Amino acid sequence: MATINIRHMQVNQEGTIASVKVGGELGRRLRDMGLVPGTAIKIQGRAPLYDPVALRLKGFTLTLRNNEADLIDVEVNG
Amino acid sequence: MNFCVALGGNPNAGKTTLFNALTGSRQHVGNYPGVTVDRKEGRYVQNGHDMHIVDLPGTYSLTAYSVEEVVARDFLVNERPRVTINIVDASNLERNLYLTIQFLELGIPTCVALNMIDVARGRGIEIDHNKLSRLLGVPVVPIVARSGFGKKALMDAVETVAEAPLRQPLRVSYGPDLETAIQEMEKMITGGNFLTDLYPSRWIAIKYLENDEQILEKGGGTDPQISDQLEAVTRKVGAHIEETLETYPEAMIADHRYGFISSMLKQGVVKELHDRNRLFLSDRIDKVLVNRFAGPIIMLLVLMGLYQFVFTYSELPVAWCEKAFEWLSDLVSATLSDGLLKSLIVSGVIDGVGGVLGFVPLIMFMFFGIAVLEDSGYLARVAFMLDRVFQIFGLHGSSVMAYIVSGGIAGGCAVPGVMATRTLRSPKERIATLLTAPFMNCGAKLPVFALLIAAFFPQSRARMMFILTLISWGGALLAAKFLRMTVVKGASTPFVMELPPYRLPTFRGLMIHTWERTWQYAKKAGTVILGISVLLWAAMTFPRLPDAQIETYDTQRRGIVSTASPRVVEELEKSAGAQPLSAAAVELKDDLLAVDARQAGAALRHSLAGRIGTGIESVTRWAGFDWRTNIALLGGFAAKEVIVSTLGTAYSLGTVDVEATDSLAVKLAAEPGWRILTAWSLIVFVMFYAPCFVTVVCIARESSWKWGAFSMVFNTSLAFFLAVAVYQAGTALGY
Repeated sequence: MATINIRHMQVNQEGTIASVKVGGELGRRLRDMGLVPGTAIKIQGRAPLYDPVALRLKGFTLTLRNNEADLIDVEVNG
Repeated sequence: MNFCVALGGNPNAGKTTLFNALTGSRQHVGNYPGVTVDRKEGRYVQNGHDMHIVDLPGTYSLTAYSVEEVVARDFLVNERPRVTINIVDASNLERNLYLTIQFLELGIPTCVALNMIDVARGRGIEIDHNKLSRLLGVPVVPIVARSGFGKKALMDAVETVAEAPLRQPLRVSYGPDLETAIQEMEKMITGGNFLTDLYPSRWIAIKYLENDEQILEKGGGTDPQISDQLEAVTRKVGAHIEETLETYPEAMIADHRYGFISSMLKQGVVKELHDRNRLFLSDRIDKVLVNRFAGPIIMLLVLMGLYQFVFTYSELPVAWCEKAFEWLSDLVSATLSDGLLKSLIVSGVIDGVGGVLGFVPLIMFMFFGIAVLEDSGYLARVAFMLDRVFQIFGLHGSSVMAYIVSGGIAGGCAVPGVMATRTLRSPKERIATLLTAPFMNCGAKLPVFALLIAAFFPQSRARMMFILTLISWGGALLAAKFLRMTVVKGASTPFVMELPPYRLPTFRGLMIHTWERTWQYAKKAGTVILGISVLLWAAMTFPRLPDAQIETYDTQRRGIVSTASPRVVEELEKSAGAQPLSAAAVELKDDLLAVDARQAGAALRHSLAGRIGTGIESVTRWAGFDWRTNIALLGGFAAKEVIVSTLGTAYSLGTVDVEATDSLAVKLAAEPGWRILTAWSLIVFVMFYAPCFVTVVCIARESSWKWGAFSMVFNTSLAFFLAVAVYQAGTALGY
């Protein structure tokens, strides 16, 4: 199992959040939206210009900019 | 019994729908003090209980990062509603409960409304609400806010909670490290009665661990000593956690809250028939609507459609409004004798009120169109697709709405455009959008451009309009970048945004939304705009020409009449306007009108506005503007199309119809002071200078008077700088 950040994940790739390496406002917003370690996520799609990225977690869809996605490490399945 | 019930929950959980279902038309919208967050209130009566319902802003959490969160938290703590209804989306339970946990930790009497239970069932999610209720320790009532299902049961539960004694706040366990710290801190807090009149002691300790700015500030102001001790504990445990677990206290708190929720749900509360992340109808729609290739094309069509809808379909009601005010104006003109009072009522009051109400149909259509896009969930997709572009300029994907409505497609209007920035949840991006949206080519700037194009670029009308649209977009985006690097600088607000499932908007919801926004505009902006309109009228009327000068014009008129044959004079006096005049009478009439026009021109120059225009001529010469242009630009502050009519008066052409400016175009083209470069300089200035005062009032209403004033000063300075640059560079290059 490899750990990569969300920016480098492919569309439809799945994985489990390993860590969210940021504090402050951004960190709290990410966590408030459910991006906490142990959460299963799947990349749902990307905007036409590749950024932002849409993820599926806990049964809903969330969008992040790539520079925000950089801060989240995911253990990808396969 | 009378009591207050607050309504809180995540955005998109159906809070507004429930609020509308409960209060119907008995609601009113205000603002929370000092911020532009709507405060909606209404009444619900049941079993002799008169409940005052307050709709809190939608939030995902109760931290102190966004205005909405601070407003919601302050309301709960300061006004202590008897019951808080927490509306949660049953199809998205886990994340929605994150806020519920925080309500319960705050120890406020809560009742959970499990909304969209039908959608959840359709997705194969079964929820045991009785079990959830037992685990949370508060009533949990399944409802469908759209259809009104469960409303009665919910309100019965609210009554029960209102009559029950206060419960202990919920305790979530945060792990051994933090728990030790929390216990230590609670001792200090209860020992010193530190903020305990407002918050539960454990909650205060948790907020210190979370580094909650608002509580730290409040605590420091109340008892600096205890506050310092609490911060010391936070630092100690923070350092320890960072060393041993490589995380932060606030991250651990969030992890444990989510852990608490998932362990609760695993105890048989939720049964899911399918994989929870499988694709539902909404996601299949997204496969097309945000597709790399089809997405942008569909978006373009939708935005053009919105624009067509707002500006084409509002044409008829706008025309009715204009007709009504014209009729009123004519009525007053016919009833009152010529003089100051008539001029005040017609040019000051009726034009002013007409100016406000003339926008009403536009605003109604715009809010209706945007409400459809917002309630259906499409607006979030627009932001998603365009964010990459707008991010470069320090804006947000949602900024596009305000730009388009303001005139991003030429012919919009900055007034509804400025109000469209409400869909932006990021404060800095919102201010930058608010300030730059008026740079777009609104419908009122078009007659000015049309005039100048007709006079100086008659061969290339369509191409010029296209070029001007590009210039305004470029200018607005660059100005936004400049603002984001200077006055509203700082890192961009995190984009982290939910893409809500597509939903069919309810007609009732759309109507209520449209109505309340429109009414707010008419009520609030109206009074200020009327005042400014009267002031502008006064500036262009006073001081009046000295009697001696008026006498000269009267003499001229008498001279013209005396040289004409008495038969012709009689014919003109008797004419009611319907039957055609003889050639001689037309000539006489034109001669007299020419004197009137000269007098109006002299009077305008003599007025305060005229004096200002003449006074600053030495400066505006740098941009190629003479006193006539200056006065017209001053008049343009009332409304941009006034520039055309004021130029007409200043050039002594009498009344110039905004729609038919040929005579003025010919005059300008022939004037020695005017050349193509002057036209360019004026176009650039008109595009970028101070927004009309209706827009300024709206900017102030949407932010603060500080930003309203800033928009006038900044925009005018920018416009002047650009106009001078164009004129001087052009002159140097020999144009």
